[in-house]
Amino acid sequence: MENTYLIKTKDLVKTYRMGGGYLIALNQVNLEFKEGEFAGLVGPSGSGKTTFLNIVGSLDSPSEGSAVVMGREVESLSHKEAAELRNRYIGFIFQTFNLLPVYTVFENVEFPLLLLGLNAAERKKKVMNALEWVQLADRAKSRPAQLSGGECQRVAIARAVVKVPSIILADEPTANLDAENSHNILRTMERLNQELRTTFVFATHDEKVIRYLRRKITLVDGKVAKDEIIEQQDIKGDNR
Amino acid sequence: MIKFLFKGLVRDRSRSLFPVLTVMFGVMLTVWLYSWIKGAENMFIESSAKFSTGHVKIMSRAYAEDASQIPNDLALIGIEELLKNLKKDFQELIWAPRIRFAGLLDIPDEYGETMAQGPVAGLAVDLFSPGSPEKEIINLEKSIIRGRLPEKPGEILISDEFAQKLNLEPGETATLISSTMYGSMAVKNFTVAGTVRFGITAMDSGTIVADISDIQSALDMEDASGEILGFFKDFVYRNKKADEINAAFNLRYSDEEDEFSPVMDTLYNQNGLADILAMTGVFSGVIVGIFVVAMSIVLWNAGLMGNIRRYGEIGVRLAMGEDKGHIYRSIIAESLMIGCIGSFLGTTLGLAISYYLQVKGINIGSLMKDASFMFTEVMRAKVTPVSFVIGFFPGILATLLGASISGIGIYKRKTSQLIRELEA
Ligand SMILES: Nc1ncnc2c1ncn2[C@@H]1O[C@H](COP(=O)(O)OP(=O)(O)OP(=O)(O)O)[C@@H](O)[C@H]1O
Ligand SMILES: [Mg+2]
Repeated sequence: MENTYLIKTKDLVKTYRMGGGYLIALNQVNLEFKEGEFAGLVGPSGSGKTTFLNIVGSLDSPSEGSAVVMGREVESLSHKEAAELRNRYIGFIFQTFNLLPVYTVFENVEFPLLLLGLNAAERKKKVMNALEWVQLADRAKSRPAQLSGGECQRVAIARAVVKVPSIILADEPTANLDAENSHNILRTMERLNQELRTTFVFATHDEKVIRYLRRKITLVDGKVAKDEIIEQQDIKGDNR
Repeated sequence: MIKFLFKGLVRDRSRSLFPVLTVMFGVMLTVWLYSWIKGAENMFIESSAKFSTGHVKIMSRAYAEDASQIPNDLALIGIEELLKNLKKDFQELIWAPRIRFAGLLDIPDEYGETMAQGPVAGLAVDLFSPGSPEKEIINLEKSIIRGRLPEKPGEILISDEFAQKLNLEPGETATLISSTMYGSMAVKNFTVAGTVRFGITAMDSGTIVADISDIQSALDMEDASGEILGFFKDFVYRNKKADEINAAFNLRYSDEEDEFSPVMDTLYNQNGLADILAMTGVFSGVIVGIFVVAMSIVLWNAGLMGNIRRYGEIGVRLAMGEDKGHIYRSIIAESLMIGCIGSFLGTTLGLAISYYLQVKGINIGSLMKDASFMFTEVMRAKVTPVSFVIGFFPGILATLLGASISGIGIYKRKTSQLIRELEA
């Protein structure tokens, strides 16, 4: 059934004007993601991973082809509609955590809910819930500057999941973290994926991340070179 | 959301402090300058009214033609009758006949020989009639430096500076030498009751103040006076009302064919006062305009720098599903908060300074030494209702303008570009 795909791209092309010619960042990409996937785009630097996530996240528009996300054609959305799509269905996690420094942990996580127009009581409940998910409920009043990198990224995860989005797009989420924190975060995301059925799409070249993936899509020069399902044999053993 | 933005402003000093200070400073200066101009204007009007123009002034047509020459041979005649009618017809005003005159003041020694002499400008007002408002109008009591107020006919006041120059003490005799209404020589002896200083340069150099009856008899001006001044009872000038009275009076009493018939003129129409007031109006407009433009430019640039610094934040907010319009509006909302706070502080400070200067004043007498027009030496600010808003709204307008222009950059920049900057 077509409709079960949360994300479906068809002949997706993204080109950038470079001097006189064009740089092809994405070249005829056809990919589909179903609910509950824990998938990752891997591939060398410049292969188009970030570009793909940005288009799927309706932050950028394709040059050719189409990307349908949550039943909407990204390329035909207005600014406002694109924002609406992001607000309702998509959570972002960045390599640099991008927390707002003047706001507390609580307020950072609360922000997407403000945009959704929830009342204070609802917001508080959801924020504390999300912070508990990432085990930072006791740091709600801290400022980002008072947190470690790992903690910051956990706040960013809480911010992405607080509105219970259908899709979380994570661009190099572990690049600024050490091994232990990386695992910590990946386990959190895995738990979210399993308990809330949130679909995760990563862009990464981090081996640690790759070992958690259940689907690994390799991009080379903007083309899908390989798309493989990985059997997770040692989820319980956890010696990744 | 508003609360959220406000928290951000309060916590991020670099986002709020500089703009608030800019607005505050600009608004403060605007308020202060405006009050200062108003003060000058007010003082100018008031001293003009008191000493020269009244709120309205009646002269004979011929006298009015040449009023600066004080042509007493063309003075109004039959003023008792005229005053009676004025009191009846225009009850909202109080009326004060005056004679200005020029002459020589001669100080004799004990043998009657001239000891000192000087040219003098005189002002004759009604000092002795019961109920005469003149003492209050020209503030005589407070202006006495030495001696006392005249108490009986034949006594005069003389400006203190002039008295010192002539070596004249209260109680001594001075002789006025002038000419009568009909052109013959007039000589009259007066006793100096006291010396005065009005704090108005033009009135303090060589002036005597005498009772009008004395001068009428000295200058052969029985039942005549050069001018009749009218004042609103609360001493507040109302131009529209004055115009109405003016028109009514001239219609009833004035006759274009008869150059000795009385004619009225309002405060604003005399001495080019209307022009001066129009000028100060334009002047305050220009000042406010300059501040709005200057503040806008500063705030626009501050906004630009702020927005560049905040590209990261803007990128994240976009990613979380805020649309550009909403971000733009939130930047405008922030600027509105800054504008309100800055304008409030600036207005408060500006008013405080203005009030201080309204009460204390600054002495500019030395700058005005040679001024021949009616200007007080102590310049004061005047806080008017407009002072409360003259800076406030321009302050908000400037912040809004600055933020709107600098915020346009957010629209120009592509979403993907803003996001890409997050990765740096
Ligand atoms: N705004 C842009 N203008 C021009 N070229 C761009 C732009 N954005 C991306 N590119 C180019 O598109 C290609 C794909 O970039 P992209 O960021 O998607 O790669 P990536 O796979 O995420 O790489 P990395 O692993 O280094 O993050 C690169 O060659 C990049 O230089
Ligand atoms: Mg990338």
